[in-house]
Amino acid sequence: MLTFMASDSEEEVCDERTSLMSAESPTSRSCQEGRPGPEDGENMAQWRSQDSEEDCEEDPDGYACSRGPGRPPGLEEELTLKYGAKHVIMLFVPVTLCMIVVVATIKSVRFYTEKNGQLIYTPFTEDTPSVGQRLLNSVLNTLIMISVIVVMTIFLVVLYKYRCYKFIHGWLILSSLMLLFLFTYIYLGEVLKTYNVAMDYPTLFLAVWNFGAVGMVCIHWKGPLVLQQAYLIMISALMALVFIKYLPEWSAWVILGAISVYDLVAVLCPKGPLRMLVETAQERNEPIFPALIYSSAMVWTVGMAKLDPSSQGALQLPYDPEMGGVKLGLGDFIFYSVLVGKAAAAGNGDWNTTLACFIAILIGLCLTLLLLAVFKKALPALPISITFGLIFYFSTDNLVRPFMDTLASHQLYI
Amino acid sequence: MTAAVFFGCAFIAFGPALALYVFTIATDPLRVTFLIAGRASEGLKSINPEETAPSMRLLAYVSGLGFGITSGVFSFVNPLFDSLGPGTVGIHGDSPQFFLNSAFMTLVIILLHVFWGIVFFDGCEKKKWYILLMVLLTHLLVSTQYYSASLHLTSSGLAASVFTD
Repeated sequence: MLTFMASDSEEEVCDERTSLMSAESPTSRSCQEGRPGPEDGENMAQWRSQDSEEDCEEDPDGYACSRGPGRPPGLEEELTLKYGAKHVIMLFVPVTLCMIVVVATIKSVRFYTEKNGQLIYTPFTEDTPSVGQRLLNSVLNTLIMISVIVVMTIFLVVLYKYRCYKFIHGWLILSSLMLLFLFTYIYLGEVLKTYNVAMDYPTLFLAVWNFGAVGMVCIHWKGPLVLQQAYLIMISALMALVFIKYLPEWSAWVILGAISVYDLVAVLCPKGPLRMLVETAQERNEPIFPALIYSSAMVWTVGMAKLDPSSQGALQLPYDPEMGGVKLGLGDFIFYSVLVGKAAAAGNGDWNTTLACFIAILIGLCLTLLLLAVFKKALPALPISITFGLIFYFSTDNLVRPFMDTLASHQLYI
Repeated sequence: MTAAVFFGCAFIAFGPALALYVFTIATDPLRVTFLIAGRASEGLKSINPEETAPSMRLLAYVSGLGFGITSGVFSFVNPLFDSLGPGTVGIHGDSPQFFLNSAFMTLVIILLHVFWGIVFFDGCEKKKWYILLMVLLTHLLVSTQYYSASLHLTSSGLAASVFTD
């Protein structure tokens, strides 16, 4: 998510709008050197056409290029609309991919739908005889889980504020090690068991080692953008699968609701931890933990990278219509996938609910991006999508599903 | 039931819609947004300047396609995935062509929605209310035909799902 300036007239536009742009980052320097000459000479009429946009986007280094200078203000909105639509697609694809991976796994690998204990964060069991007790237990589980997340987020922000970069870096490396090696090993084992494929240990270790090592390099250091994005999607999916397996039914739904409220508060309130994180990063002119966040354009910083249950989704989208890319927190990916995965796991092999939740989340994401285009600052990505998702899940499961089942069994189409 | 039935029926039902999507919509992200957001694109429409605005016809087409695909998917996806599981179609004397019939009917419904969408938007734009009435009536007519056809079939086709999970 970097904007590369073609002329000085764009300086103030970028500074005003890009909250995460780093003026002295090595990338922007090298990009200016590496940019092709003709970009500077683009005239106003050209940027409108899709072709010149494509040319710019397909710059060999994968950088997002900015438009030529001197754009009249009346066309600002159209640009916003065009880039808005482009951003929407740029986020639809990874979110969809993550959800597809999770749903495909849930529907085929039995392991992730089997009840096999609970996380330590949700100690209260839901195997209680009465509904009231079950509800109470799920609310208590949610309270504990949310407080753990709040505490860890505040801890992270405090560390960041006091510049304990090494600590954060180590923490993130440990978490991604665990995800990329341990969880992948378990996942691969279960998939092989499901399809009854015999694989010897040396091959397995070779595969997991390569996958994990390349993942660590891509996420924490440098690598091709597409590969980094693919790894981020995969670790989000793995994390979501862990949540789907170990969160009991009712607790999961209450947690989803509570976490979207927390996200709203944390990103929008002046003293919210995530907002403080964004503002501190802005003051220091640093990008925020570039690999805690899925970015659709190249970001080359030797930064932290991580996926951690404590850092759930703020939508870090400092909006700039000249940018080629937007950023979405990995926590958002995870909780979207948890919602859709729970919908897939819950029905009796029913797909209507899953699809309804999927569409609800995409519509919510679309609306959030629209709001982003209007407000032009970091926004929480969870509330709208999760609200729609929850509404659609419960209404589809209880109202639409029996109806569609009856219709389908009589071959009746409306 | 085999994977051949699954893929065959899936492509019969969704092939044309997918082709329409790939060749006309996938190239332009704006159109994809309209497809997914559908009616929720009021806000986008309002800030749409005239010159490069997607025309009303395009909007009608895209939203018709969106409605059609959603409706087709919701109607057909459950039998489709049932066809992957074990079972025997028509074991109780019903038509063994249950999946094929459903696939074709889904295809028809998707295309009908596209056409209805275009005609409806046109009627709204030109303020010819009888067009809206025609769309509504034809929709009801089609559904009634399906209904009366389904009444002639006894416990139609889901012998398969009796045997699936």
